[in-house]
Amino acid sequence: MSAFYGSSIRSSWWLWSRLSWFFLYSNMVTALRTQKEVPISYDFLHDTAGFNLGESAIAFTCTDPIHRAMLVGLLNTFKVSITGIALATLLGTFIGVMRLSTNFLVSKIAWAYINVFRNIPPLLLLIFWYRAVFLKLPRVQEAIVFFDPVFPIYIANRGLFFPWGTPTESWSTYRWILLAGFVLAVFVAYRLRQHGKRTGRMPLVSLWFAVILLVVTLLGYVILPDPLEITKPALKGFNIRGGATLSLEFWGLLFVLVIYAAAYIAEAVRAGILSVDRGQREAARALGFSSFNIMRLIILPQAIRVVVPPLISYAIGFTKNTSLGLAIGYTDFFAITGGLILNNTGRAVETLTIILLVYLTISLIASLILNMYNRRIMLSH
Amino acid sequence: MSKKFRALCICIFVLLALTLSVHAQDTSTLALVQERGHIICISHSGYPGFGFLDEEGNFSGFDTDFCRATAAAIFGDADAHEILPASSADRFTFLATGEGDVIYRTTTWTLSRDTDNNAQYAVIYFYDGQGLMVPTSLGISTIEELDGATICTDPGTTSELNIADAFAARGLEYTPLPIEDDEEAWNTYLEGRCDVRTTDRSYLASYASTAFPNPEEHMVLDITISKEPLAHVVRNGDDQWLDIIQWVTFALINAEEYGITSENVDDFLDSEDPVVRRMLGTEDDFGGKLGLPSDWVYQMIKQVGNYGEMFDRNLGAGSPLNLPRGPNALWTDGGLIYAPPFR
Amino acid sequence: MRLLRPNLTLRRRMALPVAPVTDPQTNVLPPAREGNTALRWIKENLFSSLFDSVLTIISLLFLFFALRLALDWVFNLAQWDVITENINILMKGAYPSDQVWRIWLGLYLLGAIVGINLRAWNRELNRTTIAIAAIPLILALLPFASENARINLIIIQVTSAAAYLLTSILGDKRRRQLAAVMSILYIPVFILLLEGFTDEDGIMPLVKSDLWGGLLLSVLLATVGIIFSLPLGIVLALGRRSRQPAISALCITYIEVVRGVPLISILFMGNIMLQLFMPQSLPPIDRVVRVMMAITLFTAAYMAEIVRGGLQAIPKGQYDAAYALGFSGLKSMRVIILPQALRIVIPVIVSQFIGLLLDTTLVALVGLFDLLGIGQAILSNPNWLGRSQEVYVFIGLIYWILATSMAFASQRLEKNLGVGRNYDESQ
Repeated sequence: MSAFYGSSIRSSWWLWSRLSWFFLYSNMVTALRTQKEVPISYDFLHDTAGFNLGESAIAFTCTDPIHRAMLVGLLNTFKVSITGIALATLLGTFIGVMRLSTNFLVSKIAWAYINVFRNIPPLLLLIFWYRAVFLKLPRVQEAIVFFDPVFPIYIANRGLFFPWGTPTESWSTYRWILLAGFVLAVFVAYRLRQHGKRTGRMPLVSLWFAVILLVVTLLGYVILPDPLEITKPALKGFNIRGGATLSLEFWGLLFVLVIYAAAYIAEAVRAGILSVDRGQREAARALGFSSFNIMRLIILPQAIRVVVPPLISYAIGFTKNTSLGLAIGYTDFFAITGGLILNNTGRAVETLTIILLVYLTISLIASLILNMYNRRIMLSH
Repeated sequence: MSKKFRALCICIFVLLALTLSVHAQDTSTLALVQERGHIICISHSGYPGFGFLDEEGNFSGFDTDFCRATAAAIFGDADAHEILPASSADRFTFLATGEGDVIYRTTTWTLSRDTDNNAQYAVIYFYDGQGLMVPTSLGISTIEELDGATICTDPGTTSELNIADAFAARGLEYTPLPIEDDEEAWNTYLEGRCDVRTTDRSYLASYASTAFPNPEEHMVLDITISKEPLAHVVRNGDDQWLDIIQWVTFALINAEEYGITSENVDDFLDSEDPVVRRMLGTEDDFGGKLGLPSDWVYQMIKQVGNYGEMFDRNLGAGSPLNLPRGPNALWTDGGLIYAPPFR
Repeated sequence: MRLLRPNLTLRRRMALPVAPVTDPQTNVLPPAREGNTALRWIKENLFSSLFDSVLTIISLLFLFFALRLALDWVFNLAQWDVITENINILMKGAYPSDQVWRIWLGLYLLGAIVGINLRAWNRELNRTTIAIAAIPLILALLPFASENARINLIIIQVTSAAAYLLTSILGDKRRRQLAAVMSILYIPVFILLLEGFTDEDGIMPLVKSDLWGGLLLSVLLATVGIIFSLPLGIVLALGRRSRQPAISALCITYIEVVRGVPLISILFMGNIMLQLFMPQSLPPIDRVVRVMMAITLFTAAYMAEIVRGGLQAIPKGQYDAAYALGFSGLKSMRVIILPQALRIVIPVIVSQFIGLLLDTTLVALVGLFDLLGIGQAILSNPNWLGRSQEVYVFIGLIYWILATSMAFASQRLEKNLGVGRNYDESQ
C-alpha cells in the first residue's frame, strides 16, 4: 500500500515538475521570440562595456569587455564585505561586552544601540547616513589634512585619500621576502601552539605571528632599495590626485553595514559569553589566572563555539547586503550587473542568472566553511 | 497511474501551454485598451516637470499630460488612464511584456534603441541635448578643462554612454558616479561630491532655477555633447496604434498653431476654417480613420489643452521650472516643433 | 536569522538548585540593606569603582551631547510641514482619496479582530494588553493627525472595545475559535476591500494594486509575505525531510538557492522576469502582485528553515507515540507533530515578520511606492526638494515604532503561549 502511494506521489511529482518547467520555459521562449527573436546567449559578455567605472581595484575603461566590468564589481563587493565583516565583529564584540557591563548606563547605551539598529531598515539607514552625514563632510577644496608633509591623509566628501606605494623594480624580490616571512610566521605560530598544548602554558601566538611578520617586512624594506615608490595625495585642480583613494560610497556602505551587522553580532557575543558557565570563571580565578587570561584562555575559547555559527551566517548576510550599494552609487557586483549591464544590454534573463549563480557560490562556500567548523567542534567534544 | 494516463496528461498540458502562449499579440493595442477601459502609460515615478506625484497622490507633469490627452482622445475622458511608473531600465521591459501601452517617459531616440528593443519611436515631442553643469567657482568653460573630474551620471541612460564617448574622443579621464535616484544625484552634486552633473540641458537649467538654494553659483557649460530628441515609444508591429500616438501629438501641436486652447475651443466649433473643422471633427471624420471618435481632438484640447498650454503649465512660465521654449517653440516662432497637416 | 537559539547552558544552570541569597565567593549572607536606596543604587550601578565612574561620566557626556543635538534638530532646524502636508500619501500612497473609507473600514475590522484576540488569548487585562489595545487612541492623540483621521481612529478604538466586550459573552473555547477564524479570514477580506470590484460605478470600484502605496503597502507586503509563505514553507520543510531523494534534493536546492541570494535580486527577477514566464495572452500581473509573489517565494525558504527548527524540537517520542497509535505518516504529521512545531516557532515567525517588514523597503528600488518609495517621490516634488532629513527620519521612526512594538508583543506572546525559553523545562 505505502509502496504504491510512494510511487504515485513520486511519479505525479515528477510529472508536475516537468510540466510546469516546460510551461514556464515555453512561455519564456515565446515571449522572447515575440519580443525580438533574442535567443538566450551569453555572447554579450564579450561586447565592450561602453561605460566607465569610478570604483575599481583593477584597470578598467569603457572599451573593456562586459565580463571584466562584472569582475570589477565582484572585487568591489569583496572589498566592502571582507573589511566590513572584520570591523563588524570587532564593534559587535565591543557592544556585546558593553551590554554585559555592570555599569547601568553603559549597559543601557549598548541596549539602545542594539534596539535601534535592529529595528530600522538598513536601506533607510544607508540613504540617511550617506546623505545626512557623509555628504556633509568638507568639500575637496577644504579637505581636512592630517600629518601633512610626511604622510598626508585627506578627508573630504569624496572619500579618504592617503599615500600609497607603486611597485618599483625591486618589488619582485621584495614579494618573495614577504612570502618567506609569512611562511616563517605561520611555522613559528604552529610550533608555539604545539608547545603551548604540550606544556599547558599557552604563549601569545598571534602576537608572535604579528611581530615576525612586521620584522621581516621592515628588514626587507631596509635591505632592498625602495621596493615601493610612495606617492602622496595632493590637491590638484579640482580633485585630489596621487596616492590611493577609498571613495565616500565605500565608507558610507561600509559604515552602515558595519553598525547594522554589529547590532546582531553583539547579541551573538553576549549569548556566547553568557553560555560559559560561571563556575568556569570562578574555578579559573581559584587557580590564580589573571582576569585577562581568564578571558583569553577560559571564556573566549568556549564562547567562540556559540558565537561562530551565527557569525558566519551574519557574514553571508553582510555579503548579500552589499547589494544595497545600488542605492547610493557604490558599484558593487549587483549594482554593476543588475544595474549598469542590465540597463545597457537589456538582457534580463542572462544577467539575473549570473547574479544568482555568483551569490549562490559565495554563500555555498561560506556554509561549507560553517559545516566544517561545526564538525570540528563536534569532534573535539 | 498508468503510462497512458501520464502521456495524456502531458499532451493536454502541452496543448494548453501552446494555445496559451502562441497567440500572443494578435489583438491590436487599441482594441485591448478599449476593452480594458483605460490606457496604461509607462512614465516617470518622480521627475520634476515631466511626471511626479503631487500632494493629492496624483501624477502630474508634461509626460503625464500626454497620457491624459491620449485617454481623452480614445475615451473622451482624460482620467481614463493609469500611470505605470518605471525606471530608465524597466521602461522597455514593461512595454515589451505588454504591461504598458506606450512610453511617455523622456526617452531619447537613438539608432541602437530603435533596433535593439522591441520598440517603435513615434514622434519627437521635446528637443533636448546633453549638457554639463559645473559650479561657477571652478571657472571652467571648455570640456578639456574637466580632465580628471568626477561626474554624476544616471545609470542606464544615454547620457552615461555619451559622456564616456565625449571624454574618450578627447583623450580625457573622469570618474563616473552612477546614481540610480535622480533627486539623490542632484543632492550629491550640490554637496560637491561630483564636480559635474550631466543630463539633458533643459532639465539642468530648470532644476537649478527651481531647486537650487543659490542658482547663480552654478552654470551650464556652453557645450552640448549630444542630441537628445525625446520621443514617445510604442511596441513594434502595431501600425494603427503607432498612428494614434503620433497624431495625438501632431494634433496638440496643430492646435497650438491654430490658436485653439482649452479656453476657446468651444468658440472654434463653428469656425469656418476647413482645417479647424477637420481637426475638431465638425467636418470629415478624421478620427474614424484612426479608429477614434470624431471629436477626439476636441476632447483633448478641452480637457488637457494644446501643446503650448501643456508646456507652459508643466515646464514653462506657468510652472516653477520656468523653462524657455527655445528649440521647442513652434516652427512659426523659430523653433523645431512642427507637425504634419490635417488633410 | 534574528532569533538566537535559546541558551542551553543558561537553562541548565537554572534547573540546578542554587542558593541565590548567599554570595558564592565568600559564602556569607549579604549585609542588611540600609540607607537611601536611590543613592545606593547609583553607587552600585554607576560608581562602583574608579573605572566605573569614568565610564559613567563618559556615557553621561555622550548622552548629553547626543540629546542636545537631536532635540535642537527636532525643534529648531527641522521643517516638519513636509510631513504634515504629505501625511496622507505617506500612509496610503496614490490610493484614490474618495475611496479611503475602504481602508478605514478595513481598519475598523482590524480593531475588532484585535479586540477579539485580546479577549480570547488573555485571561486578564494587564499593562501590555492595554497598551496594545489603546494604539488607535494613542495615534489619535499624535500632533500631526488630521481631524478626519482622529475621528476614524476613535471609531476603531470603540469598535475594538465593543468587540472585546461582546466576545466576553462567549465561552473560552468559542472565543478562541472565533478569534482564529476571524484572523485567518481577515487578510483576504481586507485585500478584497482594497481591490474592490470591476464595476466602475458601484460602491466599490476597482482600485488597481499599483495605486496602493505608503505605509499601507509596506505592511501589506510584509503580511501577505508571511501568511502565504507559511504553507509553502511547511511543504518545503516536510519535503526537505522526505525520504525520497528527488524531493528532498529539490527542496534543499530551492531553500539554499533562495537563502543564498539577496532579496533585491529576487525582487528584480519578480519585477522583470516573472512576466516573461507568463503566457502573453493573459493580462499582465500587477506589479504589486508580482512583488508580493517574489517576497512570498523569498520568505518561504526562510520559513521552511523555521518550520524545520520547530520539527526538530519535537522529541522523537512524539513520533514514536503517534506511530504506536497506528497513525499514518501524514496523519501523525498533521495532527500531532505540526501543531506542536508551529506553536514553538510562533515567536520566531514574528521576528521573521519584523525582519520582512524592514526588508520591504527594498521594493522602493524596483519602483514601488512603499513608505520609502513614497518618501522619495515626495522629495522629487519641486515643492519639497531638500527636505530629505525630515522625511527619512519620520519614515525611520515609523519603522522603529512598528518593529519595537511588535518585538515587545512577541515577547508577551512567548510567555502567554509558554513556548521558547520555557519549552524544554516543561518536558
